[in-house]
Amino acid sequence: MTTRRLTDNGGTAAVEVRGLVKHFGATKALDGVDLEVRQGTVLGVLGPNGAGKTTLVRVLSTLIRPDAGSARVAGYDVLTQPRQLRRVIGMTGQYASVDEKLSGRENLYMIGRLLDLSRKDARARADELLERFSLTEAAKRPAMHYSGGMRRRLDLAASMIGRPAVLYLDEPTTGLDPRTRNEVWEEVQRMVADGATVLLTTQYMEEAEQLAHELTVVDRGRVIASGKVAELKAKVGGRTLQIRPTDPDQAAAMAAAIGQAGLDGVAGANADPAEGLVSVPILSDEQLTAVVGLVAARGFGIAHIDTHLPSLDEVFLAITGRPGEGSGHGTGAAEAAGTARTDDEQKMEVAV
Amino acid sequence: MSAATATASVATAPAAAGEGRIGLRANLRHIGALARRNMLQIKQDPESMFDALLMPVIFTLLFVYVFGGAVSGKGHQQEYVNYVIPGLMAMMGMNISMAVGTGINDDFKKGVMDRFRTMPIARSSVLIAKIVVEVGRMLIATAILLGMGFALGLTIHTDVLHLAAAVGLSTVFGASLMWIFILLGLTMRTAQAVQGVAMLVLMPLQFGSSIFAKPTTMPGWLENFTKVNPLSNLADAARALVNGGAVAHSVWMTLAWSFGITLVTAPLAVARFRKKT
Repeated sequence: MTTRRLTDNGGTAAVEVRGLVKHFGATKALDGVDLEVRQGTVLGVLGPNGAGKTTLVRVLSTLIRPDAGSARVAGYDVLTQPRQLRRVIGMTGQYASVDEKLSGRENLYMIGRLLDLSRKDARARADELLERFSLTEAAKRPAMHYSGGMRRRLDLAASMIGRPAVLYLDEPTTGLDPRTRNEVWEEVQRMVADGATVLLTTQYMEEAEQLAHELTVVDRGRVIASGKVAELKAKVGGRTLQIRPTDPDQAAAMAAAIGQAGLDGVAGANADPAEGLVSVPILSDEQLTAVVGLVAARGFGIAHIDTHLPSLDEVFLAITGRPGEGSGHGTGAAEAAGTARTDDEQKMEVAV
Repeated sequence: MSAATATASVATAPAAAGEGRIGLRANLRHIGALARRNMLQIKQDPESMFDALLMPVIFTLLFVYVFGGAVSGKGHQQEYVNYVIPGLMAMMGMNISMAVGTGINDDFKKGVMDRFRTMPIARSSVLIAKIVVEVGRMLIATAILLGMGFALGLTIHTDVLHLAAAVGLSTVFGASLMWIFILLGLTMRTAQAVQGVAMLVLMPLQFGSSIFAKPTTMPGWLENFTKVNPLSNLADAARALVNGGAVAHSVWMTLAWSFGITLVTAPLAVARFRKKT
C-alpha cells in the first residue's frame, strides 16, 4: 500500500528535500539542502556538530517550519500536510523522548492509544515491542531507572509503535558506550531488514558505514557530498594495497623493488618493517594486478594481500579540509568518536 | 516478526481516514491517554500531591487561628471560619493552578514533548489533559479544605447545591487561570522562574482581595483595588453561596472573568505550544 501511494506521488523517494533553508538569526542551520531517501533504504546524514542535522530532522518531523524550500515525506508536504505527515513518521531524538516517570510498558501503551489503537491492541503492541527490544523484564519499572541503552531502546520501540513508513533517527547512539551502541545498531539493522525507510543522522563515520546505504555529508547547513558509501570513498581517493611478505624482513626490499619498477601510476610503496607490511596506494585494478605481478616476478613470497578503502574520517577530511570530529564537541561525543576509530582499526584486522 | 508487512499496512491505514483532521472521539481518547500519563506521574511521584493535600490544612489552621482573632476579635474565630473558608477556596484554585506552569515547563526539558508534537494528535490535547488532572487535584484540595472547615465549625447557611456551586465556580475560575500559567510556563526559561513570577503576581492578588479581610477595613486605594480584583469577586461569590446573600453580581463577574481569561490565553498558549522549539 505504501509503495503504491508513494508511486502515485511520483517516484519512490520516501523523503524528498529540495532547497531547504532555515536560519536562526545569523546562523544558517540549513542553507539550501537537497536530499532524497529512497524507499526501504537508510540514508546517513553525516556531519559534525552544528552542521544542521538536527534542524533537518526537526523540519521533516514538522517541529519547525523551514524559511524556504520544500520537503515531502511519503508524499506529504511538511508545510501543507503536517497532520497527514505525522501519521507516517516515527522519530527518535538525540535525547530519549519517553516519559521518565512512566514505566516502559505505560509509555508504549500511551503512545499506542495516542495512535488510535484500541486498549487491547495498544497493550498487545506494547508487549510485542517490549519483547522485541528485550525490555520485558524491565517493563514495569519507571524509565528513569533504565540504563542509557535501555532508555534508547525504549525510545526506538516507542517510535515503532505506529509502524511508521519513515523513521528518523537523530544521532541514535550519541553518548552511548560502545556495547550499548552495538545494541542500538543491531535494532536499527533489524528495522531496516523489516523494510523501514530510515533517515539517520550521525557524526560517527563508523555508524554511517555500518547502517547507511547512501550517505549525504553536510557541513554548515549545506550538502557537501552525497552518494553510496563506497562511491564516496572512491571519489576521495583510491585504495591502499597492503602486502605482507612471507619473510617479514623482506618488507623494505619489497617496497624498494616496487618503487624502482616505475609502474604506470604507482607513485611508490611504504614499508613498515616493524609490522612486516608494505603499503601501496593504487588507483585501479590494473595497477593492483601489475604490482602483485611485479612482486611475484621478483621472487618475493606473499603471505597476505589486502586492499581497503579510505575510512570515512579520511573522506570527511578530504571533502571539508577539516577532520570529521569537527571542533565543538562535548566530551561524550569525542569519546565515542574515539571508540569508533578504535573499532574501525579492529575491524580491519579482522578483515585481514 | 511480521513487522515487514505491518510496516506497510498500518502506516497507511490511519492516513486514509479523512484529511488528517482529528475527530472529537479521537481527541477525547488522546486527552484520556495523556491525562492517564499525568496521573501515573503523580503515582510515581506522590510528593507532587503534597501541595494539594497539605496546603488546605495548613492554610486553614494558620488563617483561622493567626488572623481569626485579629479580624473578628479574640474568641470569635468561629465567625471568621465562615468568612475565610469560602475565600480560601478561591485561593486554593489559584495556588494549584500555578503548578501547571512549572509542570509544563519541566515537561519541555524532556524529549517527550517533541514526541507528542510529532504525533497525529491535536496539540491542544496535551495541554487540556494537564488541565483535567489539575482540576482533579483542585477538587481534592477543596474537599480537604471543606473537611478542615467543618472540623473548625464551618456552617453552611444555604444548602448543598449552593455549596457545590461555590466549589464549581472556584474550579472554573482556577481552570481559566491555568491557561495563564501554561502560557507562562511555555514562555519562561526555567521552572524556578515560572514559580517566581507566579508568586509575584499571586501574592498581591490574593492578599489585596476580600479573601482574608473585609475591604472596608483597608485604605481607600486598596479597597478600590480589591473591587476590580477578580479574586474578590470569586471570594464574595463563594461566601454568598455558602453564607447566603446576594450572589448574582459576583457570580456573573467571576464567570465573565473566567471566560475572558480562557478566551484570550488559551489560544495564545496553544499557539506558543505549537511554535516552541
